Amino acid sequence: MSSNSFAYNEQSGGGEATELGQEATSTITISPSGAFGLFSSDLKKNEDLKQMLESNKDSAKLDAMKRIVGMIAKGKNASELFPAVVKNVASKNIEIKKLVYVYLVRYAEEQQDLALLSISTFQRALKDPNQLIRASALRVLSSIRVPIIVPIMMLAIKEASADLSPYVRKNAAHAIQKLYSLDPEQKEMLIEVIEKLLKDKSTLVAGSVVMAFEEVCPDRIDLIHKNYRKLCNLLVDVEEWGQVVIIHMLTRYARTQFVSPWKEDDGLEDNEKNFYESDDEQKEKTDKRKKTYAMDPDHRLLIRNTKPLLQSRNAAVVMAVAQLYWHIAPKSETGIISKSLVRLLRSNREVQYIVLQNIATMSIQRKGMFEPYLKSFYVRSTDPTMIKTLKLEILTNLANEANISTLLREFQTYVKSQDKQFAAATIQTIGRCATNISEVTDTCLNGLVCLLSNRDEIVVAESVVVIKKLLQMQPAQHGEIIKHMAKLLDSITVPVARASILWLIGENCERVPKIAPDVLRKMAKSFTSEDDLVKLQILNLGAKLYLTNSKQTKLLTQYILNLGKYDQNYDIRDRTRFIRQLIVPNEKSGALSKYAKKIFLAQKPAPLLESPFKDRDHFQLGTLSHTLNTKATGYLELSNWPEVAPDPSVRNVEVIELAKEWTPVGKAKKENSAKKFYSESEEDEDSSDSSSDSESGSGSESGERGESGEEGDSSEDSSSGQESESGSESGVEDERTAKRNSKPKGKSDSEDGEKENEKSKTSDSSNAESSSIEESSSDSESESDSESETESRRVTKEKGKKTKQDRNPLTKDVSLLDLDDFNPVSTPVALPTPALSPSLIADLEGLNLSTSSSVISVTAPVFVPMKTHVLLHRMSGKGLAANYYFPRQPCIFGDKMVSVQITLNNTTDQKIENIHIGGKKLPIGMQMHVFNPIDSLEPEGSITVSMGIDFCDSTQTASFQLCTKDDCFNVNIQPPVGELLLPVAMSEKDFKKEQGMLTGMNETSTVIITAPQNFTSSVILQKVVNVANVGAVPSGQDNIHRFAAKTVHSGSLMLVTVELKEGSTAQLIINTEKTVIGSVLLRELKPVLSQG
Amino acid sequence: MIHSLFLINCSGDIFLEKHWKSVVSQSVCDYFFEAQEKAADVENVPPVISTPHHYLISIYRDKLFFVSVIQTEVPPLFVIEFLHRVADTFQDYFGECSEAAIKDNVVIVYELLEEMLDNGFPLATESNILKELIKPPTILRSVVNSITGSSNVGDTLPTGQLSNIPWRRAGVKYTNNEAYFDVIEEIDAIIDKSGSTVFAEIQGVIDACIKLSGMPDLSLSFMNPRLLDDVSFHPCIRFKRWESERVLSFIPPDGNFRLISYRVSSQNLVAIPVYVKHNISFKENSSCGRFDITIGPKQNMGKTIEGITVTVHMPKVVLNMNLTPTQGSYTFDPVTKVLTWDVGKITPQKLPSLKGLVNLQSGAPKPEENPSLNIQFKIQQLAISGLKVNRLDMYGEKYKPFKGVKYVTKAGKFQVRT
Repeated sequence: MSSNSFAYNEQSGGGEATELGQEATSTITISPSGAFGLFSSDLKKNEDLKQMLESNKDSAKLDAMKRIVGMIAKGKNASELFPAVVKNVASKNIEIKKLVYVYLVRYAEEQQDLALLSISTFQRALKDPNQLIRASALRVLSSIRVPIIVPIMMLAIKEASADLSPYVRKNAAHAIQKLYSLDPEQKEMLIEVIEKLLKDKSTLVAGSVVMAFEEVCPDRIDLIHKNYRKLCNLLVDVEEWGQVVIIHMLTRYARTQFVSPWKEDDGLEDNEKNFYESDDEQKEKTDKRKKTYAMDPDHRLLIRNTKPLLQSRNAAVVMAVAQLYWHIAPKSETGIISKSLVRLLRSNREVQYIVLQNIATMSIQRKGMFEPYLKSFYVRSTDPTMIKTLKLEILTNLANEANISTLLREFQTYVKSQDKQFAAATIQTIGRCATNISEVTDTCLNGLVCLLSNRDEIVVAESVVVIKKLLQMQPAQHGEIIKHMAKLLDSITVPVARASILWLIGENCERVPKIAPDVLRKMAKSFTSEDDLVKLQILNLGAKLYLTNSKQTKLLTQYILNLGKYDQNYDIRDRTRFIRQLIVPNEKSGALSKYAKKIFLAQKPAPLLESPFKDRDHFQLGTLSHTLNTKATGYLELSNWPEVAPDPSVRNVEVIELAKEWTPVGKAKKENSAKKFYSESEEDEDSSDSSSDSESGSGSESGERGESGEEGDSSEDSSSGQESESGSESGVEDERTAKRNSKPKGKSDSEDGEKENEKSKTSDSSNAESSSIEESSSDSESESDSESETESRRVTKEKGKKTKQDRNPLTKDVSLLDLDDFNPVSTPVALPTPALSPSLIADLEGLNLSTSSSVISVTAPVFVPMKTHVLLHRMSGKGLAANYYFPRQPCIFGDKMVSVQITLNNTTDQKIENIHIGGKKLPIGMQMHVFNPIDSLEPEGSITVSMGIDFCDSTQTASFQLCTKDDCFNVNIQPPVGELLLPVAMSEKDFKKEQGMLTGMNETSTVIITAPQNFTSSVILQKVVNVANVGAVPSGQDNIHRFAAKTVHSGSLMLVTVELKEGSTAQLIINTEKTVIGSVLLRELKPVLSQG
Repeated sequence: MIHSLFLINCSGDIFLEKHWKSVVSQSVCDYFFEAQEKAADVENVPPVISTPHHYLISIYRDKLFFVSVIQTEVPPLFVIEFLHRVADTFQDYFGECSEAAIKDNVVIVYELLEEMLDNGFPLATESNILKELIKPPTILRSVVNSITGSSNVGDTLPTGQLSNIPWRRAGVKYTNNEAYFDVIEEIDAIIDKSGSTVFAEIQGVIDACIKLSGMPDLSLSFMNPRLLDDVSFHPCIRFKRWESERVLSFIPPDGNFRLISYRVSSQNLVAIPVYVKHNISFKENSSCGRFDITIGPKQNMGKTIEGITVTVHMPKVVLNMNLTPTQGSYTFDPVTKVLTWDVGKITPQKLPSLKGLVNLQSGAPKPEENPSLNIQFKIQQLAISGLKVNRLDMYGEKYKPFKGVKYVTKAGKFQVRT
């Protein structure tokens, strides 16, 4: 067996199979012919495969499976191997397993009983710790179409939809559709799961669950309301296929929920004007419009958020956005899609075909949109015919007075094309242009008449038909043309053309009195050999002549009628009988014959030459139904705009409910919406968070964070949301980029958000929500407020302070952020997440507003000393000098970091290149975010860069190397203890309360003696803030000065009190958990305060 | 969405089928064959065909039809785009997307299809992720596999799908870190009889070949970004940065990929690098005609134009051609009536020309119109629009990558009407 299996291996692997004896030959799948009959060889082969599958060598099994898959691929039946294959479902070898899965999915339906054997394996795998294994188990399990396992599948889907891994949840969404198609009875249960998954914030899940929604319950539009904004905001980051599905769904949604942005009188012209109007004018116009119509902000949100997707590389996405704009955007804004659609025309022929079809439909209604791109629709001789005709169609639609002459010149080239079908289509096009644009009717007619002498019959025939239609519009002046055409009857053979000529002569028989009877004479001769179409027209001509010129044609007509009476075609016999009764007077003829002339020679309206795409516009663009111009199975109508918009508050329902929730009675039902609200805001923060991370380029945490989040570590995760507030301002700017990075985190947040928010009560979160979602700053505030009341107030204040303080200084930093905000997304270069200090975790668990009335927040630094410290002296730095100082700003790189600004000076007379930070020697736990390498520094130039260092609330030195292209210098930064703090603002009351909790071991104090003039409050304030970054606490007593701060790393409070005593003494008290820092600070403050 | 996929070769054999939902019989393809017969030319087979119970959406690529079976409403472009993505993946894996390559690697093909679509909805289509899941075949690997019995399926589970940068796999390592960009511009033009330009436009792409370790974050800036009128991006590009600063900032996928494709704004006049003098005439009532074309450089910015090929679809009545080229060689296929003249380089001193007689079918009327000439050419080291890359910066990694930019201008759909 072993030698055997080796031989197989070689075969499949190398492909250069040498036939190894009889047995091997028989197993070659590719050549079933040869010595064996097809049938017998099949049988034998399968025997063989069974043996191999039963062998205990993986390689043999694998080989057998590969060949079986080969059989499946060719559509050969391999079902009889089922028992042998299914045994291997638990194989350890991944590839065998995968191939067995392929086999199972294909044949399980046919072998239901045996398939059940494999189910337990999948059930086990569903519990696997590895998310990918769970996902693939769910995938296969749900793909096995065996009705008995429906309950098992249902259970698996339910479980998977609550899985921590978004990837598994995505697969759950797919499984929903599979289960639904297997057993539609489960609909109700599945809708529940869909409802749950729709709340999911992961971009990975969004596309798949919307797909499931569309398939299972597209009419349950109410499920979308609460997720609408989230979907709009996530859209850019969803994978491309999901985008298509979501956009289509949202288009339908928008049509049911918003009122029409199209003005009643917003006709074609108006819209065309808009398109060309200058911006100002347009603004004015929109302003005017606003008085009557104001767009729902949610409507606007959708339109705005889909716009960037026009730039997608995926044609389907671009088309989806285009149709969204077409169907729901104000007409003046639709113009932007044309450029992108025209771009798609460079793509392969299939894409061109679909896009051109859609453009054709659009160009009928709004010419202006595509007019600037007229030349992009010019036809090349190498285009396939179907593309050519579509382009022609569009050119026709776009034709107007201004461009018609260019177009006609272009058409002239097309008429001569070797592709006759195309040439014929061009002629029709010319006809249509002629009818639509009266200025050129004559030119076109002349041109067409010229074509009548064309050598190609198809061209001539087509021209005849078109001329006939044109002449019908203005028959009076064209006797010459009619004569010319009558002559053509001798040569032309195409039935339609002959019929057209005859009809034309009949209709104008009074204008060409000499020719008409002669034509009839000729036709009577050839009547029997004509096509049916022509025969009918001969009869018509005869009838008309009989009525107008019976003297000359009576006999002829009767002859023709006799011929017609015995024609093989019943239509012609019918017509003959009808005409005879009508025109030939006899005793039986009724009243009608009196009116025969009126009947036959009535004024007939000219045909309207219309685009074949005219009637397509009732289908949603970009759909299969539109392409086929019939309603495809499962097509969902696009509803008309509602007269009155349904209650828009269904989408922002949170606001209202939260307000209600503010009343202390927490109702379980409302919690739901609250949950969502928080999670949303949290997500925004996440994004801003990662943007701030990424700005630094260090990507400090996110990589790991995703994982930790998946473990369900709620506190940690949401804390990262908090940490990041510093980035929130910039987050707005860079929200999109940022979100991309924050994906995994957003996902993991969902559980956390739920847990934590169950406790939540909030007050001002409602405004936060009602203002736009983008305003992440307000969101972050609400987030911080939204914690529960279980925690101590101490934390509350701290927390709140932090938020506020972070925001203010950041506005100043915007420019800086902008500058850096690209390096950002290096997130995956993960550094370990800094361990969270217990106090921060505590922060997250509880904050409340109800107990503390004071507004507490982190404040801006009271004072920023400009004192710089030397990092590298120019002498030791070979001309490179570096100084640093502490700007006392919250660090943008991570909020456990202290920000340090380094000013680099080049004192040499040469460029210093590539200044960057080399090796770092940091004490354990300490982290540093380095600045971006500086490519070059000009002589005498100086540059300031910022860094972030997490000193872990210690005064240990951060040592690192500052490197240039040629050298490396060892430098140190040792922070003064006062710089490890961030000021917080709190009320006196809170201060006292906190202080009360930090007594005993946490309190250090000393006595200061100095001159009394030093005890004025301003002097004390000035001295204290000079040393330490603390915030002043308003004090009710003149003799007591209070300062509050928190440590940067752990967020522990640091309370400083200076109590003036009798005479020239004062008591300095510091309360803090961090006693070491406290005592160091005490030691530093003492001499400062004692000084004169 | 997508129910099944059939791969059909030119002779109408279904050589591979794959079903993602319940099995659809091969007989559904009969409708396709019917349409194919009606269309006569493969190019004209309608991409969307409606049958009583299914809809067939097909693409034609590299002499193969990819026919997918659809049962319910779906945006047709969605399916078309996906099928092209499948074909691209095959191309990427096997070096070519041909029947032979697919048949040789049928197991890998099946595994790929399994990963790319779940229940008819695309699952993993990024080449980086797929390559982690299923390793592409190489000669070395197949030899090793056959000896050790190991497999193509990645033994470590991929993480890319779960990462926040789904297009890049983690843990990339190279000894030589390189980043190359090819700026390729194509001139689409229609030149009329008299030599004036009816329509001209520049379409460009930037293809990148990035072999950088770790997680580099690149930003590419242009000297004249305003030239780019309409751009479509690889998903890795940060749209906001482009909007605000006109800088392409991205974490690249590993390997080859198309970074952007763009169109140069149509307001700019397009320089047409070559001109063609032509004199093609068929005499009335005679069985021969004259054919004479000469190619010369026009606005070529001082660069040599090379790789010139002229393709002419002659009218049906042409039987044969007797021509003499001053340069290069020509072929005429009497069956397809296609004349191909491989010119090579233009030397301004002696302009290449092709002259001679055309034999026509006797008795047939002379062709109405002269055939149009399709011209291919290439100019190295030149982007005809004048687009220039300013600089490439890398963040997030410490090493110094080797960077390179190459410019090429080519003829796209370049047609001269005669």
